[in-house]
Amino acid sequence: MSKKILEIHDVKREFKMGTEVVRALKGVSFNVEAGEFITIMGSSGSGKTTLLNMLGCLDKPTSGSYLLDGVDIKGLSRDELARLRNHKIGFVFQAYNLLPRTSALENVELPLLYNAAISTKERKERAINALKAVKLDGRFDHTPNQLSGGQQQRVAIARALVNEPVMILADEATGNLDTRTSYEIMALMQELNQQQGKTIVFVTHEPDIAAFSSRTVMLRDGKVQKDTANTNRKSARELLDSLPETDDY
Amino acid sequence: MNIFNLIRLALRALQRNKLRALLTMLGIIIGVAAVITMMSIGEGSKQSIQSSLSNMGSNMITISPQSNQQGGARTQGSSIQTLTIDDVKALKRDATKISALSPAVSSSGQTIKGALNWPTTIQGVAPEYLDIRKLSVKEGIMFSDDAVRSSAKVCLLGQTVVDNLFSAGEDPVGQTIRFNRIPFQVIGVLSPKGQSSFGQDQDDIILAPYTTVQKRILSRIYFSNVYASAINEDASEAATQEVTSILRESHRLRDSDEDDFRVRTQAELIQTLGSTSSMMTTLLTAVAGISLVIGGIGIMNIMYVSVTERTREIGLRMSIGARGTDILLQFLIEAIMISITGGVIGVLLGVSSSMIVSSTLNWPTVISRSSILLSFIVCAITGIFFGYYPAQKASRLDPIEALRYE
Repeated sequence: MSKKILEIHDVKREFKMGTEVVRALKGVSFNVEAGEFITIMGSSGSGKTTLLNMLGCLDKPTSGSYLLDGVDIKGLSRDELARLRNHKIGFVFQAYNLLPRTSALENVELPLLYNAAISTKERKERAINALKAVKLDGRFDHTPNQLSGGQQQRVAIARALVNEPVMILADEATGNLDTRTSYEIMALMQELNQQQGKTIVFVTHEPDIAAFSSRTVMLRDGKVQKDTANTNRKSARELLDSLPETDDY
Repeated sequence: MNIFNLIRLALRALQRNKLRALLTMLGIIIGVAAVITMMSIGEGSKQSIQSSLSNMGSNMITISPQSNQQGGARTQGSSIQTLTIDDVKALKRDATKISALSPAVSSSGQTIKGALNWPTTIQGVAPEYLDIRKLSVKEGIMFSDDAVRSSAKVCLLGQTVVDNLFSAGEDPVGQTIRFNRIPFQVIGVLSPKGQSSFGQDQDDIILAPYTTVQKRILSRIYFSNVYASAINEDASEAATQEVTSILRESHRLRDSDEDDFRVRTQAELIQTLGSTSSMMTTLLTAVAGISLVIGGIGIMNIMYVSVTERTREIGLRMSIGARGTDILLQFLIEAIMISITGGVIGVLLGVSSSMIVSSTLNWPTVISRSSILLSFIVCAITGIFFGYYPAQKASRLDPIEALRYE
């Protein structure tokens, strides 16, 4: 039996909006094991974003328990949560969120700057390796505005990888990209998942993206509606190869 | 994040907005430059007053008559006739902390030499007067004690008097002039001393034996002042007390009586003038200090803008593991960088502008290390104080909201 990375048990999250209580999550339970590629789907208002914030240790559940790599985040302080995010989670955002006018290499180094245990030399080496892993060698000194959308997202993925997290947490990571580039990103994600055994949690609302993952959790009205393993998993690489060559942007 | 990386980060952020950083610094730059210039002008004028006073003899003690109360009536100091030759003799005999002593009596009048004449003051003194007032004889000689004893009609002229009574190139020594119709033989000329710090021409003077002035001009036996030199500057306080007790005895004052004279040291005068100029310096510095505060508010303003502008960056940094403290330090150090860089530029500007002031306006300026240090500390404090609130605001942002901020 492989190791459980996420253990979510009956997680509820309520927000107070004035006198009204909004229940965003009404008791969500599921586990994610190491090496899984899971997509979380749901229409807007299904509690997707709330769950994502929770998984990313940016928010805490009102009730229920959430264990990340065996650590219960309940009762952790702000600083301890920050440390947990730094060590265990690699974020990939829809809007890339790279620092403007800062080189790709420095953007990738950023998480390591908040990890005191890592020396300047090691920081640079690891950032270079992470950029190589996303096939961006030779673009170290490019700033975000000198890179295409797909390249920027790959820098962001390198940034997520650099701290060797237990989980990559992607939030609509292909939302701003065209079909071809999003397939490229998904191909990269699949490679990271299958060849390097990275655990990936991918939040999306696009069904064709979900088809690349090994399992899909469907949310609806703050509850898990469906939790199904994907038997017919597609390869993004193959799909990419089948796209017409003339489709040149 | 370690401090080195934080500083690098702050410098990078400032580099990206060079013009904005410079404009923000401007308040600090002007403030610091103004403080340094003002302080250097103030300090310069203070030192020039001090040096011109100690030029007059820094260990000089002046004894002058003062009104006291006798039988309920107060009398005016200058009309008091209490300082006499007996006092001078008593001081000469008993005082141990005094190295030179000279009575002084003065009278104004008209000097005449041939067709030329000049209104001036004749000062009757003893030969020691030269030492006490740090005067020197340029040509000729000083009169001797014999001249004092015999009330000789000899005199020394100040440069201004020479210039007004003699034509250029004429040697005044050995010639005769008349003061209030009394003929005096000129035996010497004093070296010029220039204006005093009060704007008085110190060369517009004639020196003669005090006995001559007392008997032949004024017909009086009392003195208007007695000048003395303490054995050294540090002893002037002790000498003052000694003089006071000797004179009280010589004037036969009872313990309950007020002094009928006043003993002043040069140090006292230096202090008085110094405090006036210190007050000016304080005022000027306060005005300059206000502009530092305004500069600080400028920093605060721009840091708030910067925090708002970089909300997403802050959210991102937090999501990848930056603690609140890291964010706080990042923005705080940025603010301190602005203020300290501004401070450095301000110091350079201040130093060069005080140099310009001293070379173009001929004002004495003294750039003190303490003023540079002070403005530096003030800068750092300004940076911390005005940078803290924006930085704290940044550190308290909710990462979820910050990430989604548009």
